[in-house]
Amino acid sequence: MVDTAETAAPRRTTNRGPGRLLIAVYILFAIAATSRAALQIATKFDEAPVAYSLSAVAALIYIVAAAGLARAGHAGRRLALACCSVELVGVLAVGVLSLADKALFPDETVWSQFGSGYGYVPLVLPVLGLAWLWRTRDASR
Amino acid sequence: MTGAAAAGSPVDGFLATASIVLSLVLALWSLVSAVRNRPPDRWQLVGLGVLELALLALAVVALVALAGGERPGEPGAFFGYLVTLVCLPPLAAVLARMEPTRWGSGIVCAVCLVTPVVVVRLQQTWEVLGG
Repeated sequence: MVDTAETAAPRRTTNRGPGRLLIAVYILFAIAATSRAALQIATKFDEAPVAYSLSAVAALIYIVAAAGLARAGHAGRRLALACCSVELVGVLAVGVLSLADKALFPDETVWSQFGSGYGYVPLVLPVLGLAWLWRTRDASR
Repeated sequence: MTGAAAAGSPVDGFLATASIVLSLVLALWSLVSAVRNRPPDRWQLVGLGVLELALLALAVVALVALAGGERPGEPGAFFGYLVTLVCLPPLAAVLARMEPTRWGSGIVCAVCLVTPVVVVRLQQTWEVLGG
């Protein structure tokens, strides 16, 4: 808002067109991950603390990413960029770890097996997010 | 698991099936709209309204069963899915109205693809006993 660069009427912002669809999907995943994490932590945290903490982190990232894309502007973009990057690294790392060492994740998380429980959307979503940020990169210049 | 289903799940009847079918029809309709570069039309919003009514009726049936002493297999998850479910069509309608382009139709399509999944999960959380 105080950013002078933004006053130069951005041609494309992250919260219009395809971006709004992306935000919608992020909201859906934010709801799914948040409720799942809340339930797991509230009822059976001791069973799999690593997996359930990770669910909570994933939930937070989806929320912040959606907010970042929706806010647009410099700060929003930077936020979304950070979230999508962490998300991509997270889904890949957890995907590999959950296959290599099942004991580490005794219960499912959003990112287990590269998000297979969610139709692999968690794997595709950060890629689409980064692609969308790249497509709209002129907006913040 | 089939035994639990035979006991008569309140979320496994006509309303659930109708919601799933309606949601999928709506998803297909909005996908066609998105591909044809059309913004969300009246019928998508009417469809979302009817879907919401069906889901609310489903929620009422579930609550009546609960009042009658029946209990879901996983109560926490069941209520989570139930609350999420009735919020989905309004979410789609609000976002679609904010985006009067083909991408608005895309939003309706995405939400209508998620809704049947949530209905099925709702049924599973009722039936799984001691899971």
